[in-house]
Amino acid sequence: MVGNKGISIWFFIGSLLLIYGVIITAANVYEMIHPTMERQVVLKNINFGVWWGILLLIIGFTYFYTFRPWKNKKTNK
Amino acid sequence: MLNNLASHLNLLFSGGGSIISLGWVDSLIIIVYFLFVLGIGWYLMRFTKTGEDFFLAGRDMTAWIAGLSFVAANLGSLELMGWAAASYQYGILAAHWYWIGAIPAMLFLGIIMMPFYYISKTHSVPGYLKLRFGDGASMLSAVSFGFMTVFMSGINMYSMAIVMKVVLGWDIHFSIWVSSITVMVYVVLGGLLSAIFNEVLQFMLIWLGALVIPVIGLIETGGWSGMVARIQHNFAGGDYTHLWRTMGSFQDNPMGIHWTGIVFGLGLIISFAYWTTDFLVVQRVLAARDLRSAKMAPIIGAAFKMMVPFIVILPGLLGLAVIPGLVGEKEAIATGAHSYNEVLPLMLARYAGPGLLGLGVTALIAGFMSGMAGNVSAFATVWTYDIYKPVHLKLKGTEGTDAHYVKIGRWCTIIGVFVSIGTAYLVQQFASIMDYVQALFSFFVAPLFGTVILGMLWKRTTKEGGFWGLFAGIGSSIAMWAWVKIDPSALKIIALSEHAKDMAENMYRALWSWIICVLVTVIVSYMTKPKPEKELIGLVRGCTDIPSEGHLPWFKRPIFWASLVFVVFLALNIIFW
Repeated sequence: MVGNKGISIWFFIGSLLLIYGVIITAANVYEMIHPTMERQVVLKNINFGVWWGILLLIIGFTYFYTFRPWKNKKTNK
Repeated sequence: MLNNLASHLNLLFSGGGSIISLGWVDSLIIIVYFLFVLGIGWYLMRFTKTGEDFFLAGRDMTAWIAGLSFVAANLGSLELMGWAAASYQYGILAAHWYWIGAIPAMLFLGIIMMPFYYISKTHSVPGYLKLRFGDGASMLSAVSFGFMTVFMSGINMYSMAIVMKVVLGWDIHFSIWVSSITVMVYVVLGGLLSAIFNEVLQFMLIWLGALVIPVIGLIETGGWSGMVARIQHNFAGGDYTHLWRTMGSFQDNPMGIHWTGIVFGLGLIISFAYWTTDFLVVQRVLAARDLRSAKMAPIIGAAFKMMVPFIVILPGLLGLAVIPGLVGEKEAIATGAHSYNEVLPLMLARYAGPGLLGLGVTALIAGFMSGMAGNVSAFATVWTYDIYKPVHLKLKGTEGTDAHYVKIGRWCTIIGVFVSIGTAYLVQQFASIMDYVQALFSFFVAPLFGTVILGMLWKRTTKEGGFWGLFAGIGSSIAMWAWVKIDPSALKIIALSEHAKDMAENMYRALWSWIICVLVTVIVSYMTKPKPEKELIGLVRGCTDIPSEGHLPWFKRPIFWASLVFVVFLALNIIFW
């Protein structure tokens, strides 16, 4: 938020993390079902990418929803 | 910090192909990042109309945003790569630069110094010197800061391009131009506001991208104790996991430094000088919306700075546990083995699957860009307000309009970026320039702290004392550096031991130059006439009414949070003693 006007920086951060969460979760779920990656990573069996993607989704959605700019417009009306 | 830049740049000499290659998901992550930072700059342009908007982000930042930006401006990609490499080389001793080398100074800035910077309504550190000591000390500080900032930015840019070439196989020209033009566009559009907002975004990405390594690494090694057991097995006889135990003698630790150098040189001089007078970081706090936010911002920054070793030092230690055998740069060239300078990308390649690799690389790019945006926005402010404005006033006899200074600020940003790019190419041709510019930067930092702290806390300090103290401190620092270059045996006099290494020399040189600056300032001040007290209101302790925080509940007072951070800082030092 710039002063009391505009979109909060936390909304931008939430949006970016939400997009990253979707991309990383989807890519890692696909990789889990159809292993195609040539490069082997350590502890592949724990599917860390899926969990990290879900974490990004949760953090991203929390910021995205809490700081959504249309909430202020409704309040002002 | 800049001290170990030389070791990062040893990457220059590492040959071979790239360490990791990106898939399309990873590339998509990076492309989305670039679109976002440019989009933020474009969006914020509408809020950047006046000089206060462009140079000080409208002085409307909350404590959290100013605090995160404060610490992000310092968290460059070379910081991540370099200190991970240093922790592989020296073990947990590298954490001194994050704890004793930062936390006390950041808290001191918040509690003691910030009220004077903020109440004086200065726009920069040279601006404070002008109010306190007049044009001489201010101009000396502004010109040195202006030049050194863009030169250092160019050196960092070149180093980042080398890192990207080694890690990803990217073309050097592509890395330099794409990243610097992106930074230029969003800073020109939105000024400091855009730089700060992007720094907060970049800070989040750095954490979420870099945290992957310690989390999976600790799972692989079975936690901290498992990691320590593996390190002890791999490097029997070496102590890589204790902060202070090996500091009793120069010869007992791989850094070749004594605890007095760390406590007094790093902890009391270098860190205080950097965190309290380097305008690159202080500018972020000056953008806070009120005095309480300005005091809280460095405290919040200190809390996060204290945690940075978990994404920087811990990956290096985990590297010692799971990929022993990384060697120094010369040996790596001779044998074709991997160097410890590559430990962070090697760990990233070891653990990061699809998308996570892109996130990790984005963290490195974000780190570089946050550092560069900090450099160019600080450069634009100092050049416009502290160099251009007085010269314009002298030549034209009248002040320019606010819109004129905003225009100059935008041009300074563009020029600053191009000078940085030019420096990057110059360094490519003449690598030794890096060492000289880095040394040059170090000459100013410690004496400047002596001048500012005396000016703020001692009302007897005079204009002449401030100028000659700063001049003598810088001169003595240059003289000591040249003495050791000409006669290496002088090291045992300056650093108090013939076993001292480069880092120890830097610590002690800073300590002596600070002492000389303070002594000369005090002596000259006693010989000259001080300013009347009424002219020192808002600038000096004892002449300034600092608003009371008595009406605030205890949990909202900056001193409470500073004390809490300090207790955690002490606990960390005791735990890892």
